Amino acid sequence: MTISEELMLQMYRYMVLGRLFEQCAEQLTHRGLIPGAFHTGIGEEATHVGATLALTHKDYIIPTHRGHVADIIKGAEPGRLMAEILGRATGYCGGRGGSVHVADAASNNLGVQAVLSAVYPVAVGAALTQKRANTGRIVLAMFGDGASLMGTFHEGMNLSAIWHLPVVWVCVNNQYAMSTNFAEASAIANVADRASAYNMPGHVVDGNDIMVVYETVREARERALAGEGPTLIECKTYRQGGHSTFDTNPYRPQEEIDAWSKRDPITQFEQRLRERGILDEELITQIADGAQEQVDEAQEFALNSPEPPPEAGVEFVFRSSEVV
Amino acid sequence: MTTREITFRDALNEALREEMAREEGVFIIGEDIYGGPGGYQGAFKVTKGLAEDFEDRLLDTPMIEQTIVGAAVGAAMTGSRPVAEIMFEDFITLAMDLLVNTAAKTHYMTAGQYSVPIVVRAACGAVGVGPQHSQTWTSWFMHIPGLYVVLPSTPYDAKGLLKTAIRDDNPVLFLEHKKLYNVKGSVPEDEYEIPLGQARVLCPGDDVTVVAIGYMAGLATQVAGTLRDQGLSVEVIDPRSLAPLDLETIFQSVRKTHKVVVVAEDCKTAGPTAEIAALVSEACFEFLDAPIGRVGARDAPIAHNVGMSEYILPDAADIHEAVQSVIAW
Ligand SMILES: Cc1ncc(C[n+]2csc(CCOP(=O)(O)OP(=O)(O)O)c2C)c(N)n1
Ligand SMILES: [Mg+2]
Repeated sequence: MTISEELMLQMYRYMVLGRLFEQCAEQLTHRGLIPGAFHTGIGEEATHVGATLALTHKDYIIPTHRGHVADIIKGAEPGRLMAEILGRATGYCGGRGGSVHVADAASNNLGVQAVLSAVYPVAVGAALTQKRANTGRIVLAMFGDGASLMGTFHEGMNLSAIWHLPVVWVCVNNQYAMSTNFAEASAIANVADRASAYNMPGHVVDGNDIMVVYETVREARERALAGEGPTLIECKTYRQGGHSTFDTNPYRPQEEIDAWSKRDPITQFEQRLRERGILDEELITQIADGAQEQVDEAQEFALNSPEPPPEAGVEFVFRSSEVV
Repeated sequence: MTTREITFRDALNEALREEMAREEGVFIIGEDIYGGPGGYQGAFKVTKGLAEDFEDRLLDTPMIEQTIVGAAVGAAMTGSRPVAEIMFEDFITLAMDLLVNTAAKTHYMTAGQYSVPIVVRAACGAVGVGPQHSQTWTSWFMHIPGLYVVLPSTPYDAKGLLKTAIRDDNPVLFLEHKKLYNVKGSVPEDEYEIPLGQARVLCPGDDVTVVAIGYMAGLATQVAGTLRDQGLSVEVIDPRSLAPLDLETIFQSVRKTHKVVVVAEDCKTAGPTAEIAALVSEACFEFLDAPIGRVGARDAPIAHNVGMSEYILPDAADIHEAVQSVIAW
């Protein structure tokens, strides 16, 4: 599979946009404008962008609580996304969801499963609809290394395998679940090695190499569409910041943070594209400026959006049913 | 309307059959439910014979309660209308997170972008299978915004309510009492539905109101018959669903009788009777001529031993006694 120059530039643009977007949200949190905490996927962009770009608009996604750019790639408007993060009325969930519950039905984004164990059963069910109705769509389900150690992982992997469901499982292994180090928490070194227990292919890939992530997910998607069932892909990457905006991150050795910073996915890819003559200084600046402009617009839209009326907090508890 | 006598089990089976025929997206997912030749046909045989016409709509899974309910949610979010079967209500605790945090909150969290039209059927009630296979839990679920809780007490209600539950766009917990599966009752030949949240007055009366839920509704009706012979007129109301709850029918009756007893098989402490009693006292305080009576199980797990379980569970005698005591007050 060859990746066109155009697609490479798109990958680069989205990674830059994703980082700036999350940096902006992080700042808004520190300014006290975002209720609760905010989780960034800074340092993990190659995984979130690479995997999501491998989908079509029709495909479903369950993103994680990091890597908000996945929502944008799938089709969400950055302004409405930021508005949801701020809890405003114009957000995708009218302010009810926030950053860890963003869903956008129009772009087949099923939403983050913030009780992390729920991603597996929900993805299995969504994939079941695709298989039964033969829709030609797949479900991309993303989850962390920490979430890979939960019981529903076993149920979901096994069921998706025996039913040959069109789902691609992507583990974003950023080495940590809050303060819990994966190497200490897991009996085996690689999440994807567990794939053999479910008789499905497993791939451990460099999650900071966007081309590898993209290609691996793309192939798994083809496989799923061909009726050959699920694939488990583990993208090894690193959460450069703390767990959330309020984590001072005292449990990680500085050398480890420094070592991974040298492998920053955006810097690395930028270097590669320069070497290939696809990017130059001028284009880099142009892309950065363009992305910053998009983020600024999103921020402005969100900050100027109204707060929802408090009494709207009890709307949508039930759907008023009409007989179908 | 022509009717025939069929069992509660067959009434459920008919509802499932009709709804699968009506709508492609309806399928059944659960453990040992395959209802074809060589299939187990469900622990209580509710899916019996369904595979003859709906071979690919009966999805047998391993023992994965969380995934049964969670997969139903994911399927519902993408356009299916699954019916999930949990073998014993006791096991719903495994799926509690998916039911409470995922099924019940998705429509809300996504501001209505996604809905979750699922029915989770589970067998409740004690038939001597011991502490971990005998529970009737309802107040946990009526406590959850975004979840409906339905408990039919007759074959007629079982069929009509299950059909409506499947057609409803919200998650519904549908509890089937094990002692009712073999009970017969008249069910119309023709198709019908029963709206959720509509109580049924099982027998009209003027002296005291008995609100009885699920299996207890039948016992309360028996007690009303006995008391009628003694010259006491008891109105028995079966709410049929605890969420939505038809308060108006209950309040109207209390305003007429001025006395009320609430009955459910759950443990009495913080059971559904507590909530209904509180609502009645809030809305009808000035009409009440006696403290609100409550009948429920003693606060213990349900023992395997028959004598012990009978001691723990509420029965007709308990209802009788509670009615007499509000009358005597
Ligand atoms: C069931 C559950 N337990 C705990 C949490 C709190 N929590 C939120 S994120 C997180 C760490 C998750 O780690 P991982 O799956 O590796 O994802 P990451 O945050 O590293 O992206 C925890 C413990 C949760 N959301 N859900
Ligand atoms: Mg992690």
